Amino acid sequence: MEVTASSRHYVDRLFDPDPQKVLQGVIDMKNAVIGNNKQKANLIVLGAVPRLLYLLQQESSSTELKTECAVVLGSLAMGTENNVKSLLDCHIIPALLQGLLSPDLKFIEACLRCLRTVFTSPVTPEELLYTDATVIPHLMALLSRSRYTQEYICQIFSHCCKGPDHQTILFNHGAVQNIAHLLTSLSYKVRMQALKCFSVLAFENPQVSMTLVNVLVDGELLPQIFVKMLQRDKPIEMQLTSAKCLTYMCRAGAIRTDDNCIVLKTLPCLVRMCSKERLLEERVEGAETLAYLIEPDVELQRIASITDHLIAMLADYFKYPSSVSAITDIKRLDHDLKHAHELRQAAFKLYASLGANDEDIRKKIIETENMMDRIVTGLSESSVKVRLAAVRCLHSLSRSVQQLRTSFQDHAVWKPLMKVLQNAPDEILVVASSMLCNLLLEFSPSKEPILESGAVELLCGLTQSENPALRVNGIWALMNMAFQAEQKIKADILRSLSTEQLFRLLSDSDLNVLMKTLGLLRNLLSTRPHIDKIMSTHGKQIMQAVTLILEGEHNIEVKEQTLCILANIADGTTAKELIMTNDDILQKIKYYMGHSHVKLQLAAMFCISNLIWNEEEGSQERQDKLRDMGIVDILHKLSQSPDSNLCDKAKTALQQYLA
Amino acid sequence: MKTGEFLFLLFEDVPILISDIFYDWRRQTERRTGRELAAGPSERARGTPQLLPSAPCASSRSPAAPPHVRVRRVPERPWPGSRASAGLDYSRLDAELRLGFEEPYRGEVGRRQQKEVKWEEIRPHGGRRRWPVRGRRRRLGRAPQRRELRASAGERLAGPGEAPPRAQHRPPRAPPAPPGLAAGPCPAGGAPAPALAASSSAAAPFPHGDSALNEQEKELQRRLKRLYPAVDEQETPLPRSWSPKDKFSYIGLSQNNLRVHYKGHGKTPKDAASVRATHPIPAACGIYYFEVKIVSKGRDGYMGIGLSAQGVNMNRLPGWDKHSYGYHGDDGHSFCSSGTGQPYGPTFTTGDVIGCCVNLINNTCFYTKNGHSLGIAFTDLPPNLYPTVGLQTPGEVVDANFGQHPFVFDIEDYMREWRTKIQAQIDRFPIGDREGEWQTMIQKMVSSYLVHHGYCATAEAFARSTDQTVLEELASIKNRQRIQKLVLAGRMGEAIETTQQLYPSLLERNPNLLFTLKVRQFIEMVNGTDSEVRCLGGRSPKSQDSYPVSPRPFSSPSMSPSHGMNIHNLAPGKGSTAHYSGFESCSNGVISNKAHQSYCHSKHQSSNLNVPELNSINMSRSQQVNNFTSNDVDMETDHYSNGVGETSSNGFLNGSSKHDHEMEDCDTEMGLQLDAFSLLAYSDPWNSPVGNQLDPIQREPVCSALNSAILETHNLPKQPPLALAMGQATQCLGLMARSGIGSCAFATVEDYLH
Repeated sequence: MEVTASSRHYVDRLFDPDPQKVLQGVIDMKNAVIGNNKQKANLIVLGAVPRLLYLLQQESSSTELKTECAVVLGSLAMGTENNVKSLLDCHIIPALLQGLLSPDLKFIEACLRCLRTVFTSPVTPEELLYTDATVIPHLMALLSRSRYTQEYICQIFSHCCKGPDHQTILFNHGAVQNIAHLLTSLSYKVRMQALKCFSVLAFENPQVSMTLVNVLVDGELLPQIFVKMLQRDKPIEMQLTSAKCLTYMCRAGAIRTDDNCIVLKTLPCLVRMCSKERLLEERVEGAETLAYLIEPDVELQRIASITDHLIAMLADYFKYPSSVSAITDIKRLDHDLKHAHELRQAAFKLYASLGANDEDIRKKIIETENMMDRIVTGLSESSVKVRLAAVRCLHSLSRSVQQLRTSFQDHAVWKPLMKVLQNAPDEILVVASSMLCNLLLEFSPSKEPILESGAVELLCGLTQSENPALRVNGIWALMNMAFQAEQKIKADILRSLSTEQLFRLLSDSDLNVLMKTLGLLRNLLSTRPHIDKIMSTHGKQIMQAVTLILEGEHNIEVKEQTLCILANIADGTTAKELIMTNDDILQKIKYYMGHSHVKLQLAAMFCISNLIWNEEEGSQERQDKLRDMGIVDILHKLSQSPDSNLCDKAKTALQQYLA
Repeated sequence: MKTGEFLFLLFEDVPILISDIFYDWRRQTERRTGRELAAGPSERARGTPQLLPSAPCASSRSPAAPPHVRVRRVPERPWPGSRASAGLDYSRLDAELRLGFEEPYRGEVGRRQQKEVKWEEIRPHGGRRRWPVRGRRRRLGRAPQRRELRASAGERLAGPGEAPPRAQHRPPRAPPAPPGLAAGPCPAGGAPAPALAASSSAAAPFPHGDSALNEQEKELQRRLKRLYPAVDEQETPLPRSWSPKDKFSYIGLSQNNLRVHYKGHGKTPKDAASVRATHPIPAACGIYYFEVKIVSKGRDGYMGIGLSAQGVNMNRLPGWDKHSYGYHGDDGHSFCSSGTGQPYGPTFTTGDVIGCCVNLINNTCFYTKNGHSLGIAFTDLPPNLYPTVGLQTPGEVVDANFGQHPFVFDIEDYMREWRTKIQAQIDRFPIGDREGEWQTMIQKMVSSYLVHHGYCATAEAFARSTDQTVLEELASIKNRQRIQKLVLAGRMGEAIETTQQLYPSLLERNPNLLFTLKVRQFIEMVNGTDSEVRCLGGRSPKSQDSYPVSPRPFSSPSMSPSHGMNIHNLAPGKGSTAHYSGFESCSNGVISNKAHQSYCHSKHQSSNLNVPELNSINMSRSQQVNNFTSNDVDMETDHYSNGVGETSSNGFLNGSSKHDHEMEDCDTEMGLQLDAFSLLAYSDPWNSPVGNQLDPIQREPVCSALNSAILETHNLPKQPPLALAMGQATQCLGLMARSGIGSCAFATVEDYLH
């Protein structure tokens, strides 16, 4: 192979005994590899990298030679991902980091440039930057050396800062102070990289965000500087990144959501990023950031919904690849196809945020042309991201009673949703199942078909999941399903859930799970025939569970819920006996009647009322028994209670005795 | 040569091109606005072309008078300021002074003062301009004896010791400026011309005396100026309030015609009523914006906010008819010349602020609600729409904000985006289809520019490296350069002499030019800079070969647009005989009396400021080089703007304004003479209201007129192609504004001169 032969020549020259010739060889190699991926691959195969690294680290090498070596290595790293992998295999990072200790600025810059290229590659584990604890402080110190060191170091930081641990390390080494003044640098690249640094530092990090709000640069607060960078005549990249910074600071609680810099600057800027004039990448990023910004705040959602026809603008996100591009321009088709998924999922995410709280906005979204069809289609897309976003969007829209009854029914949303729930990854399951909760509400017309398609099994399966969010959603959906349901459904639920699982859930570490399980029990134990039926089969276990919870260390809400279950049981005809024969339980009820918390007193009161109700069979005996326990005295006491509700209940109960 | 090399050459070799002119201009305006700058030396050190003046060369031809000005009869009497007539008539001077200071002052104070208030009111709008030269001149021409009163009253208003009032403006009756000048300020002109026009029209409709209102008015003026700098309000006034005439009878106006309320029955849509603003939106705004605050939604809240053309039925809400566009509060729909609306935005009601933005570049419109953009409402809008609001039920009240208050929506940010867009479009405009054509053209322009202003060495070097031929002989260039230097140094006597030597018949054939030169000479005499005065003071002009003594720190002068005007007004000048004689007799007095005083003054200053510099010259470098550094800057500057000014008046003058000009010329010449003459009335002419004449800047128009005249005798163009091109560009922008092309708002010529 000719190419290899000439490449070998380059490598051979690196081994020349004359250092001057070696230098010339490296320079020639540099010129040969620029922009030539094949040549780069060849040189790597021929083992140029270890030799270059050797020369770079050798004490005896001249600074010039070292610099040229770093430049060539940087060039090699610019090639394919495989190149970077080979470089990493040769332990290039420690060698280059070592090089940063040199006093020569040119050499440092070359090393940083190469490090930058390596670290920005997706194949490089960012942890490599943090393995040596002295590296970060040294990089911070190098920030003052030149505009190139500033640019490269900021770029390395913004690529290697993943997660709170990294944020904390950088923050503790003074990243905020060291980088803040770079925002006013004369070099656009430096400003831009510094800005990117701040966006990754502030993301979901209240500590960094709180610090950022108060940093002064040239007499101006950082948020003000970010706002200036949002101006419409600034490059789009800069507008977008500073909008991100402000968004993250706002979400981290450092800036109020009603602050003008959010309401009048950041939000409109992000909406602009969604417009048709922007590049597809920018539109994706803009929509995702905006979705994140407005997610928790209904006022921001309202403003966004009226700004620049955002809802209609997002409909365009679904028009890629457009029919025109398919015919005329292969390159554009390729480009469109690549971004189509991203665009769709971004639009779904933003719709989800927009419609999270406001009924009018949901209506507007659904009225957008073909929106429900698009969402339904999105549910069955191959891309997990799109499916997830579509489910989130649907979930958001499903909070509307009206929509549940109309659009959701018209488009048979439940069908694709049930499909999504089969074998889906957890992240989708979480959202899909919480949406299922809404669809299973008693007024939802989708409830029946969902039940028919085996939702009970599925939900019961979810309650066994490792993921607490899934367990909550599963049991929540079951609870909704059991509300005012027919006997058959209740029986189905109990059968497929099994009492063992029910008890397991009652001792679940997650409070929400426990609450919803109790809720499920309450819903199961409604209407007299159902109570008697269920108690006749599962009475013993249920009573056990109730006792267990009432004895356990639980908060008021849990105990209240449990007492309500007892009250429901006491409403049964035959089920009453389960309580009356259980002195332990009766004592507990008595105890809670005298509890300091009104809610618990009230719940216990319900129990007693149900037990002593006159018109029912055997009420006399129950009344007598309870009187013997001293309940009547307590009732008298409660009838003097300052709480009117409690007082009324007590009086009604006492009347039962008088009758 | 590649473009890169060319640029390199441009910047390396001639470091004081356009950027320096503007640098100097800035300094100049700073000085004009009252800030005193450091004296010249630092500036002189900046320019570095290594050029050498050369020997004279003779060849002359009488220049043709500008086509639109009347050539006057040459006066027979000797010129004032020349040695022959250097005797003054005391009695006459005394009479003038008495007239000026005493008599009318007592008699007319009351009436006059009223007028003065108006001046003061208007002044701040105009930005940094000087005393209202034009208006005053007219008055002077007619009744010279009143002039002093005005001047002194002016002083009083400005406060003693203060610089002369900065705002220059035309009184409302001033004839329109030549379109070119008015539409786009000349490149070197600091003071934006439209401001002047605006002030006159702005001040008119509002009553005097209410200071709060006045303050609001000033703020409005400031904001409009900042938002719409390209609008010439004399030609196309901006909307400032609702029109009390252009409204339906059910509409009531109050609060300075900014508040609109409904006063009809409001029973059916037939009771709808609208009002238009006073003026349509000028295209030169580029982006136009106004806001309406809903003070009360009244019974049903049927407010409509939008735009309509002139003549659209006012018994309707905006949007219902052809050429009418509106956004309605009750349903949030937009109405695009149709009775049925389209869903557009949210509804609006009491307390909301609705903004309407017209983009005259792409002819679209969007609304804002409480500072949030609602997205495009209308496209393909016709030109000349008026801001319009319509109301339909009792109790509806809305307030307009045409710029009186800060806007809720950040319109300036939106404008910034469009400015960037337009400028990017210009930057990326494809040029030169054929290889090198564009480059050659630019090289020619640069070369001709250098030649025109007499940078012979640079021009030579440039021509050599770019393979071009220079049409004019080197010697001729150097002669022109020498004369220009003399003029700019204020050594008018020598300049005239040299001109007569080198171009014998030039001044004879061009008496107007000679007159201008002589008047300038007179002024320089007062200044103490003219060679002849120096002789009197016992110093030979020859003894001081380097940069001349100037009574003020001489910072490199530049020009304002008015200079361009002046020149062409001056050029044909000749006063009436009566004035002329008065002039002469006075100048006699000056030499024996006043001029001596001023000379002392100047001498005093010169020892402070200029002497150290002269020393350094002698020690460190050749005088000639030093001469150059400062002179070059001056020369360049004035020609530049002069070119533009002249182009505008020559190229695009229409019949009617031509007439106006001739009238004007007449007045100005008299004024010129009288202004010069009135210097004598002050004990300290430099600080007098007419003292600006003594400013070295004022030499430039004279200098450039002389240079142009010489060039014309060589059959060379009066102005360099570069200046022509700039004039052309400025004109184009004006034409765009008149043709409704909004992008002209963001493409001012100045933006490209840096």
